[in-house]
Amino acid sequence: MFVSCISLNAQDIDDLLNETDVNKTEYATATFKSTHIVSGHSIERMPEGQLDFRISHRFGEINSGAYNLWGLDQANIHFGLDYGITDWLMIGVGRGTYEKTYDGLLKLTLWRQCKGEKNMPVTISYLATVAGNSLKWEGTEPLPFWDRLSYTHQILIARKFNERFSFEINPTYVHLNMVATEVDPNDVWAVGLGARFKLTKRISVNAEYYYVIPPVNDFRSTTTYHPLSIGFDIETGGHVFQFHLSNSLAMIEKGFISETTGNWLDGGIHIGFNISRVFALK
Amino acid sequence: MKFKIILFFLLVFAGNTYSQRYVSKTSHVWFYSHTAMEDIEAHNRQAVSILDPQTGDIQFSLLVKSFEFKVALMQEHFNENYMESSTFPKSSFKGKITNLDQIDFKKDGSYKVIVTGDITLHGVTKAISTEGTIDIVNGKPTAKAKFTISPTDYNISIPSVVENKIAKSVEITIDAGYESN
Repeated sequence: MFVSCISLNAQDIDDLLNETDVNKTEYATATFKSTHIVSGHSIERMPEGQLDFRISHRFGEINSGAYNLWGLDQANIHFGLDYGITDWLMIGVGRGTYEKTYDGLLKLTLWRQCKGEKNMPVTISYLATVAGNSLKWEGTEPLPFWDRLSYTHQILIARKFNERFSFEINPTYVHLNMVATEVDPNDVWAVGLGARFKLTKRISVNAEYYYVIPPVNDFRSTTTYHPLSIGFDIETGGHVFQFHLSNSLAMIEKGFISETTGNWLDGGIHIGFNISRVFALK
Repeated sequence: MKFKIILFFLLVFAGNTYSQRYVSKTSHVWFYSHTAMEDIEAHNRQAVSILDPQTGDIQFSLLVKSFEFKVALMQEHFNENYMESSTFPKSSFKGKITNLDQIDFKKDGSYKVIVTGDITLHGVTKAISTEGTIDIVNGKPTAKAKFTISPTDYNISIPSVVENKIAKSVEITIDAGYESN
């Protein structure tokens, strides 16, 4: 009798908890560890009042041989500061070695994956970036400022299938105001695929691939390849380290989507790492 | 057999009719971790509690995801890396007031209580005993207690890089205002 009373009691407290649970809709959190999967963006943003300071590196190509210490002699860097204005809007600025580019970005989260009272199978974010190269112009005619700019628009669609596995698909449009030669396209369309698989609580393996449409190898002044990157995210509490191998040198959309010149099959691979440090400003 | 079943239900219902219990749906549970490097605190104002003045049974239950932090990223790490709230969504306490005879729930006043019981947190259950107070105002009790727990006791691993930022013993404060049920 005594035992049955106790168990009845235990049932009561659980019922009470379920009945007072006001967060009836459960939103998926941490679909990815960071705002970037490898080079490209994930659906994640900074929450309101938080600043993400990112330092990214890509070394030279591994096939450049022992003389260049398999690429480690050449370092390309990109600095970025991304700030969450609200819980659904992030803005950012950055500067990269690649073509001495300054860039800006805006990322909006339109829908969030959730279940419960409201249901949504995926999170959908929109990313817009602008990049301007600041290389010295060697031409005889002066170069109008606008010709230095390029734009990227991406719809980022991701689903966190379970605690370990998340998948993302990114329809992408890149517009380059000026290209190297007449045969190079000003408009580049691509579909990005990204995934992460958590190995432990703090370490995940990430992969990212962009299929560039059309496969433009044949019609370009420089042979380009579809960017493919594989790496690890290591989260240490406050910092996220991303360590990876990639056939692209650039760390901005315009560069790695439309101008990837490394070929995985002949060792045109760059070792790279990103460090993300988050500061709470509010 | 039939008789036993009937007797069982009679006793259960009989038990329920004369037990007047106190219920709290908005108990405030918060924790505070202090180190030289960083102070961390988080509040849960949606904890529930049941207090039975006849038996001295006292229970608390809460959803780990309802702890609110100032820094959103900390909250995410708390749920993802430390408490693993998708695997262990609830934390609870089930125990008894051991000095029940010293408390008169019908008389307003402030009473010292000793509570012993089991905390279940991150899937680990540990016995605990603490002192607290029950204040009775207009016949409604409010229970308060403060005690410390150590994350390592509950298999919560803390990576060495943040070792200096998370206290070895974390202070837990409970403030539960009850209504009669």
